[in-house]
Amino acid sequence: MVPTLAGVILLIFFLFKFFGGDPSQILAGQVASQEQIDAIRRELGLDKPWYAQLGIFVREIVSFDFGKSWMTREQVSGIFLTRLPATLTITIPILLLEISLAIPTAMLVAYYRGRLLDRAVMVICVAAMSVSFLVYIIVGQYLLGFQLGWFPVQGWSDDFWRNLFTYAPLPILLAALVGLAPQTRLYRSFFLDETKSDYVRTARAKGLSEPAIMRKHVLRNALVPVLTNVSLLVPGVFVGSFLLEIFFSIPGLGREIYLAVNRSDYPVIQAVTIYLSVLTMLINLAADVLYTFVDPRIQLR
Amino acid sequence: MAAVLDVTPESAWTALWRRLQQDRVGAVSLGIVVAYLVMILFATAGYLAGGWSREVGVPYANPAFLGERPNLEGALRKRAEHKGVAPDLSAIDPLAPKYAEWERRTGELKMTEPERAMTLPWGGDRWGRDVLDKAIKGSQVSIAVGVAAALCATLIGTLLGACAGFYGRWVNDVLEWLYNVFTSIPSILLIFSLAAVLRSGAFAHLFASGIWTVVIILSVTGWTGMYRLVRAEYMKHRSREYVLAAQAIGASAAARMFVHILPNVSHVILVQLSLLVVAFIKVEVILSFLGLGVPLDMVSWGTMLSEAQTELVIGKWWQLAAATVFMAIFLTAFTMLTDSLRDALDPKLR
Repeated sequence: MVPTLAGVILLIFFLFKFFGGDPSQILAGQVASQEQIDAIRRELGLDKPWYAQLGIFVREIVSFDFGKSWMTREQVSGIFLTRLPATLTITIPILLLEISLAIPTAMLVAYYRGRLLDRAVMVICVAAMSVSFLVYIIVGQYLLGFQLGWFPVQGWSDDFWRNLFTYAPLPILLAALVGLAPQTRLYRSFFLDETKSDYVRTARAKGLSEPAIMRKHVLRNALVPVLTNVSLLVPGVFVGSFLLEIFFSIPGLGREIYLAVNRSDYPVIQAVTIYLSVLTMLINLAADVLYTFVDPRIQLR
Repeated sequence: MAAVLDVTPESAWTALWRRLQQDRVGAVSLGIVVAYLVMILFATAGYLAGGWSREVGVPYANPAFLGERPNLEGALRKRAEHKGVAPDLSAIDPLAPKYAEWERRTGELKMTEPERAMTLPWGGDRWGRDVLDKAIKGSQVSIAVGVAAALCATLIGTLLGACAGFYGRWVNDVLEWLYNVFTSIPSILLIFSLAAVLRSGAFAHLFASGIWTVVIILSVTGWTGMYRLVRAEYMKHRSREYVLAAQAIGASAAARMFVHILPNVSHVILVQLSLLVVAFIKVEVILSFLGLGVPLDMVSWGTMLSEAQTELVIGKWWQLAAATVFMAIFLTAFTMLTDSLRDALDPKLR
């Protein structure tokens, strides 16, 4: 994990250093005197050689102090901490809802494999996956929020419970529905792989009922690839939640970094990218640890 | 005398063609995809939807089958055209003496305001452009971006995967590290970072217009899956007998990698390539919606959807429907075709 983290830091550093242009020009704008530009360069340490700048960058990451946003002059660490709760308020329910809907559906479909229900669900899944995420959001917001009035069209408050039960349900529901089709398709293949294995045949031969086989033998063994996939799912959930934040004006990290991209606010982009990468790595690590509980054959080196 | 087998072995690609024809779903999907490609060719040559940016109808012109629907915006525009007489303000207007001269000079220029249609085949957008033309032109841009980006990502992934799998050892270690770095950054964040530096960075003037920004962003973020697959295949193949035989007759490393092994793993690459096309088209739509994708003077499914969001609130649903239907049909057909392709290329089913 440490070399990977070092790689992420290097990648982000060099990306912005060599392709990002001169920050002092972005900051000072079109009409700036040479003294102003020099002052900005000194403040950001741009007059130092690149390895010294890399040192500054690493120190910023380790000390959680990225200085101030270039445009809003807000502390970057403050931005991160105030925006993270909103992102988590929608990300975690999306993840939980998606998994808890997809596993039973996939199991049901795998149970009726090759029959009409299975084929119908699979065709629906392919068709549902071909419609853009955006269409679901646009139509969902219009239909459920605007026309039927079941949910507020958009909004956010300071109260966690109010957010979770009033403003978050519509985005969460839409994201979970969109994620359901690909997850079902994937989990079905995991379940089908298990139904072909020897121990399932043995279980069937000794007279176990099909539901019992599904529950005791197939489900337990299929959970290993499912778990791998959940950790792979996390970046995808970020995509969904970021888009929803932008669309529903939820003050989370995704909307913040989108605004930062539009105003070329490099410190905010760098900070969010690096810390969310660390978070992703930690989740993957947690999934690795969980393996040993699910599958005792696997041992962590 | 030994019996001579007098059968020419069927080439892999003829077999693929034969089996695709047998697969009914695959054949229909192939037909749809080819139809789209023909449409794109015509659109690129300018025979189809060449005038998508012309304002041929009134704003939000109704679709032809809904001609009677009230269209407030369109009616306003019509009225503005006919009652263009302003009240006489010449007593207080400081520019009044100049009007006569301006009249004369405008008279010298020939201007034709085309008659704007009240209805269009599939309706019009905010400026009265034909939505059907936009959808066709948008298909061209979206599919071109998806295919170009998938080809670039395939090139990167195949080259790196081939090196890592073939050489192993430190080459493999370095490339695996690179792979881990790229996969541990959530893709959307990498996309945003790349978009930020490409738009306002040192090379911004190179990418100021055109679709190359999107292609670069997508291929730099999307090569990892291809790399992993190709690497695994090369690891399997590098010590196979045919490769060792090639080495024994003096084939160089490059020749073994790309002349001997590559054709044998091309089916894996082909299937992954088509999966990438589908994925990239979806991402392009999202990026264009966010304003980070294709430039404003072009049309893609994503820009159509971003316009559709505000249109839907005032009940103009046709642009949303057009973009969704064009995209859904293409992606469904392409996904089905990929599935058939995978089955047809699977050597175990032969």
